[in-house]
Amino acid sequence: MNKIRKSLRTAIIDSGIKNGMTVSFHHHLRNGDFVMNMVMDEIANLGISNIRIAASSFFPVHGKLVRHIKTGTITSLDCNYMTGPLAEAVTNGMIDKPVMFRTHGGRPRAILEGSLKIDVAFIAAPSSDEMGNLNGVRGSSSCGSIGYTMADAQMAGKVIAVTDNLVAYPNGPVSIDETNVDYVVVVDSIGDPAGIVSGTTKVTRDPVGHVIARHAADVIEASGLLKDGISFQTGAGGASLATAHYLREKMVSGGIKGSFGMGGITGFFVDMLEDGLFEKLIDVQCFDLEAVRSIRENPNHLEVSASHYANPSAKSCAVDSLDVVVLGATEIDTDFNVNVLTDSSGNIMGGSGGHSDTARGAKLTIIVANLLRARLPIVVDRVTTKVTPGETVDVLVTERGIAVNPARVELMKSLKEKGLPVKNIVELKEMAEKMAGKPRKVAFTDRVIGIVEYRNGEIIDKVYQAVKE
Amino acid sequence: MGTNLLFVPGNNPAMVQNAGILGADTVIFDLEDAVSGEQKDAARKLLKMALESITYEGCETSVRINAMDTPYWEMDLKIVAEAGIDGLIIPKAEHGKDIERISDILDTIPGADGVFLIPLVESALGVENVYGIASSSKRVRGVFFGAEDYTADIGAVRTKGGEEILWARGRIVNGAAAAGVEAIDTPFTDVEDIEGLKKDTLFAKALGFDGKASVSPRHCGLIREIFYPGDEEIRYAIRVIDTVKEAEKTGKGVASMDGRMIDKPIVLRALKVLRAAGIKEDFRYE
Amino acid sequence: MEKRNAKAGSLESSDLLVVIEENKPGEELEIVMHSIVEKQYGDRIVQIAHEIATQKGLANVRILIQDRGALDYAIRARIETAMERFERGL
Repeated sequence: MNKIRKSLRTAIIDSGIKNGMTVSFHHHLRNGDFVMNMVMDEIANLGISNIRIAASSFFPVHGKLVRHIKTGTITSLDCNYMTGPLAEAVTNGMIDKPVMFRTHGGRPRAILEGSLKIDVAFIAAPSSDEMGNLNGVRGSSSCGSIGYTMADAQMAGKVIAVTDNLVAYPNGPVSIDETNVDYVVVVDSIGDPAGIVSGTTKVTRDPVGHVIARHAADVIEASGLLKDGISFQTGAGGASLATAHYLREKMVSGGIKGSFGMGGITGFFVDMLEDGLFEKLIDVQCFDLEAVRSIRENPNHLEVSASHYANPSAKSCAVDSLDVVVLGATEIDTDFNVNVLTDSSGNIMGGSGGHSDTARGAKLTIIVANLLRARLPIVVDRVTTKVTPGETVDVLVTERGIAVNPARVELMKSLKEKGLPVKNIVELKEMAEKMAGKPRKVAFTDRVIGIVEYRNGEIIDKVYQAVKE
Repeated sequence: MGTNLLFVPGNNPAMVQNAGILGADTVIFDLEDAVSGEQKDAARKLLKMALESITYEGCETSVRINAMDTPYWEMDLKIVAEAGIDGLIIPKAEHGKDIERISDILDTIPGADGVFLIPLVESALGVENVYGIASSSKRVRGVFFGAEDYTADIGAVRTKGGEEILWARGRIVNGAAAAGVEAIDTPFTDVEDIEGLKKDTLFAKALGFDGKASVSPRHCGLIREIFYPGDEEIRYAIRVIDTVKEAEKTGKGVASMDGRMIDKPIVLRALKVLRAAGIKEDFRYE
Repeated sequence: MEKRNAKAGSLESSDLLVVIEENKPGEELEIVMHSIVEKQYGDRIVQIAHEIATQKGLANVRILIQDRGALDYAIRARIETAMERFERGL
């Protein structure tokens, strides 16, 4: 049996791909990915059309796909997060079919239960042997954990491994094994590992962000969760990551040893692991090259599948064991519902990713945000798009006060006793509006350009196109 | 005025509107070094509008106006004092009579009664004349030492160790104490070096400074922590003031506590402690 | 001969850049506004510019505003500064 195909074109033809089928990709190479664009160019060249792409996320580098939308090669998108020119095109109504927005835990749920059928899965693999044993830690395009690939590999009709690093059989370690792989294609380069590090994964330089982060760390301390065995996760960057910095300080001065850090892993968490502040790291994707190095070398840095990470239909998943998660938001309303998918003007610029998964699982969910983001109040009457339901959100920390979900009576009491600046969320909204002036409401049409699926499969909201002015 | 003073560039709206939440006891809106010559008018106007419309809770507001040898200082003074400010930082302070002059101008501006002055001493001549500057006006709350310009003036190299400014620091503390006002130490300019900041701040406290300025919000918390009086100190200070108030009420000549006479230095020290702790106290020692 | 103009502010976040240009004689006051929060605050920005121009009696000018999410006080400050610079002939 020879699984090697001498070109992407051959592999695509052999996979039997037809008009109207669904292809899938992972986003572990983030903004340095070459594979999705290469594959779609080939599919277009073959004259195949009406394709649905089910990718875990789309990044600015995937803006090249816009021309394939214009020609009808691509007619449907399915993802957990999107940003860049592709997101702009969707916002402007370029695709007829609404985009399906899922979560990092909901996507594998849908794939495994059969509601998201993938015909051909393309797995960009930093290393592969000739039979398709894959990992993300060997080779010059190493991206670390390849957690988002596993459900696809298991369930797709055909699985094509695309690698720039063919190694001798058998490859090791094995993240995806040969039992699920149909073809292996060797290309010059699958991506640029430097593109993994995006601007969003750096600690904020904004002094206001640091004030917020310090308050958030104080909240965690006041909650009683800051003790031996603590586990936490922070969002991709900005004030969320800065919170980890202040939390670490408190752990060091309190002599506290955590159990695990989870994410989206950055070098900061790797340092905590190596400094003995965590026993383990649970890693569904690596956000920088330090994380890639660590997962390669350190047996306490664990790769997990997206399903293990957050699938609510699994017998259990990792987010359910999480103590604290610190997340961002584009909007939060007075019921604590959170938007991370659209901005207040209706532009698509994100998606849940792991947001609603971790918010549900964690004992304490903290949203950190500037009260005003470029004049726009973060607290609104009603979020433009509901991604994470309010009952899973416990605290909002801004630079001008902390709002606690009224359902968390004991927590509110603890924070007040510790002298933290607790305010009613409506108060914060009014403060924001007083400073910025009340924003004029943006008008939306009836046209649905996105459907928001909650992690359990329920439709939690729809994305409407804004009125063009 | 508490223990830490934070410089905020006066022509930067993002910083100006967020100054109140950055963790400083006193914010210094800077119209001097932070603003280029062609933007002095823009910065002055921006500050005026900000001071008139924004309530800065939880911190005191002050403005570093331009030096008195520039064409800008009088407009600066007039505009911000009218807009409503708690205090003024007077750069390149060298003579008590200059501070008096500013105080006199403030006397003519309605609503500016309570405006305090902090002369910034940053030259050899200024350091020579500290006592005269510190005692020039009732409005003077403290003397602020500026090491960067000072070391340039005396022709020394500015170092983290601070040997070159040791004598000047001592003279500032002494002059301020002799005049019964506070002494504020120069900012630590390496934003990233928190260990260095700690050393420098502890040293300043040991020398007798009452507070320290900073150029980064990240320094405010540590500076406040180091200068913040301990619980014992605060309790003692409260007792002192209560005792003296009681003595005044009952017409006793001199108050005594724990078998000791409470005289002027003890009262002033207690007031200083309460101020550093952020406890409002209107008592005045006559 | 170059058109008289003056500017104030910057394109930094929370600031705005205001440019005031002489308009052709007989032309009315013209306000051109671009803002990152146009939908939510665009009207208000234009309103403030109108108010101040009327107050100062400036009619024959073109005001160009590029806003980066500035609050009202900063909008007023930058427009007034630009107008004062324009009047001084800078």
